[in-house]
Amino acid sequence: MGDILSAVGNIAFNGLAFAMVLYLISVGLSVTMGMMGFVNLAHGVFAMAGGYVVTSLMREQGVPFPLALLGAALTVAAASVPVERLLYRRFYGGDELDQVLLTIGLAFMSVAGATYIWGPLQQPLQPPPWLSGVADLGFRSFPAYRSFLILCGAALVTALWLSIERTRFGARVRAAVDNLRMAQSIGIDTSRLFMATFGLGSGLAGLGGALGADLLTVNPGYALQNLIYFLIVVAVGGLGSIRGPFFAALLIGVTDTASKYLVPEFGAFFIYVLTLAVLLWRPRGLFGRA
Amino acid sequence: MFRIFLVVLVAIASLPAPLLAQTVKVGLINSYTGFVAQPADQGQKGSDLYFKEHERDLPPGLKIEILKRDDTSNPEVGKRLAQELITRDRVQLLTGVVLSPVATAVAPLTAEAKVPLVLSYAAAGVNIPRLSPYIVRVTFTLWQESYPMGTWAAEQGWKTAYTAVTDFIAGHDAEAAFTKTFTDAGGKIVGADRFPLANPDFTPFVHRIKDAKPEVAFIFVPAGTQATAIIRAINEVGLREAGIKIAAPQDLLPDEELPNMGDIPLGLITSGTYSVAGKRPANEAFLAAWKREYGDKAIPDFFSVDGWDGMAMIFDLIKSTKGKFTADEAMSFFSHWKDPDSPRGPIEIDPQTRDIIQNIYIRRVEKVDGKLANVEIATIPMVRDPWKELNPPK
Repeated sequence: MGDILSAVGNIAFNGLAFAMVLYLISVGLSVTMGMMGFVNLAHGVFAMAGGYVVTSLMREQGVPFPLALLGAALTVAAASVPVERLLYRRFYGGDELDQVLLTIGLAFMSVAGATYIWGPLQQPLQPPPWLSGVADLGFRSFPAYRSFLILCGAALVTALWLSIERTRFGARVRAAVDNLRMAQSIGIDTSRLFMATFGLGSGLAGLGGALGADLLTVNPGYALQNLIYFLIVVAVGGLGSIRGPFFAALLIGVTDTASKYLVPEFGAFFIYVLTLAVLLWRPRGLFGRA
Repeated sequence: MFRIFLVVLVAIASLPAPLLAQTVKVGLINSYTGFVAQPADQGQKGSDLYFKEHERDLPPGLKIEILKRDDTSNPEVGKRLAQELITRDRVQLLTGVVLSPVATAVAPLTAEAKVPLVLSYAAAGVNIPRLSPYIVRVTFTLWQESYPMGTWAAEQGWKTAYTAVTDFIAGHDAEAAFTKTFTDAGGKIVGADRFPLANPDFTPFVHRIKDAKPEVAFIFVPAGTQATAIIRAINEVGLREAGIKIAAPQDLLPDEELPNMGDIPLGLITSGTYSVAGKRPANEAFLAAWKREYGDKAIPDFFSVDGWDGMAMIFDLIKSTKGKFTADEAMSFFSHWKDPDSPRGPIEIDPQTRDIIQNIYIRRVEKVDGKLANVEIATIPMVRDPWKELNPPK
């Protein structure tokens, strides 16, 4: 009995940690797809950039971990804005195939670029001493880094929900997702809104990539290797939703961990079965609107 | 006019041979990108270092040209590159190859085209030299290094073991070798898991091992950052605190990854062919050359020494034949090649199997001058590949 409880506890804990990383990275993708109707297959590039920034800052500049995380989020957010202004904006409302070609091309360029700058090897994340090892909570102990990951993720999710549900900026975002033309006609500057949302989404992806560098290893192929995870989260969660990807990430994170733990010989099989089942049941995802 | 022409012709023909520069072309296939890029880089640095240190020892007029190709960790690409090197670039020798499936894919070509392949990084695929009479392996085999580990674990009085290996040919070899000696000595395997190839998260697997409560866990992952990742997972899950011992081949604790592991691996025992902590004059010379070339921060590992020895073998052939050899002459030279003084100790090629005979060291992680090191605590001298003795050719 104790063994089963411990197994369930482990799956829930590690699944939750993975889900947080998936959510932080994917939520931006969901919003840009839902709001601008833009298929951004290069979204993983921003997460990868976050991972590279955090590992380089820590190893080469000796920046403390929390500052390096902040630096990763801000750098990626700032770098994403010119990309949106100069490249993506021209393709809004355009042919989807053009968007796919543009962004998959960017993803390939990121592979070559990262290999050129950082070399082909994985960049290991070295958590600071206070996050290595085990945090003992009395009744049982938890890996410190993953506990930190879950706490950070929970805080960010709450902040994001509050800002979307309670602030004026959030109201504008929701309006633009619901009905773009109506939002424009009541005077919302959707072009600037897109830019801000894109920057926010990319910054979160950068932060997710930095925090999750331990789970999704930082290497040049990152954007393409993990694309399938991000797309599954968005598809299962529903386009344009803030809540949907969260539950989708939980579902995928826990299923992935559970299948590795219980039936490792099946690998990623169960994630795909789950995705198939959810999409057959609700083709627009859990929280997608018809 | 015609007379001048004749004089020139005669003059050229009578030139002493060494003045006509001769170049031996060697094709080197390696995985500079992909999931084994790190071991590939370590091995390459060892080959390059030998080349640089010994290029001037070549007989005058003789040159070696190394044509490097990236197989992107993909056997099909590796095979295509080997084909191009043989047919278009007309290489006389092939070498390198870190990924065993690439070696398996290239093997039939070496037999067909009669171009010898000196496997200088790949260790898995224990039967590879049997796939072609033109393959010689200078690294080690996973059987060679994992086989003694099963005996060693049984000698500690441990009765139950859990094997967890990466799901590709190297992991399968390691698992089979350990299981063979451990169960032959009366031990029992209570669980056997295989990790996906590019697996970033080992925690669920380590939890499985912990919950199964074996006395010892036998672990293999490809050397590199995956080694640090699983060592960290072992620490976070508290595997050793739960009283589970760890036995592993050297790939779990590559020398260059030790500084990234903190104090976690202190006391861990592995079996292997080379450690930078090895106390041998040839090793000290190797390390000094390494430091001159790559600086203080880069640390070599067993792949680097394999690359070094592989290049040494090729140099020895070219020096002794002055660059003129047929494939069969080269193979007969390689099959009887030996170096009593490699950085890893005495090594020689077994003419029967074309695999290497060498010492296997049992190493324990200790602190030396404030840094972790794989300190050699016991030597099993001149081990032959056990798989070939268990499975004689039919």
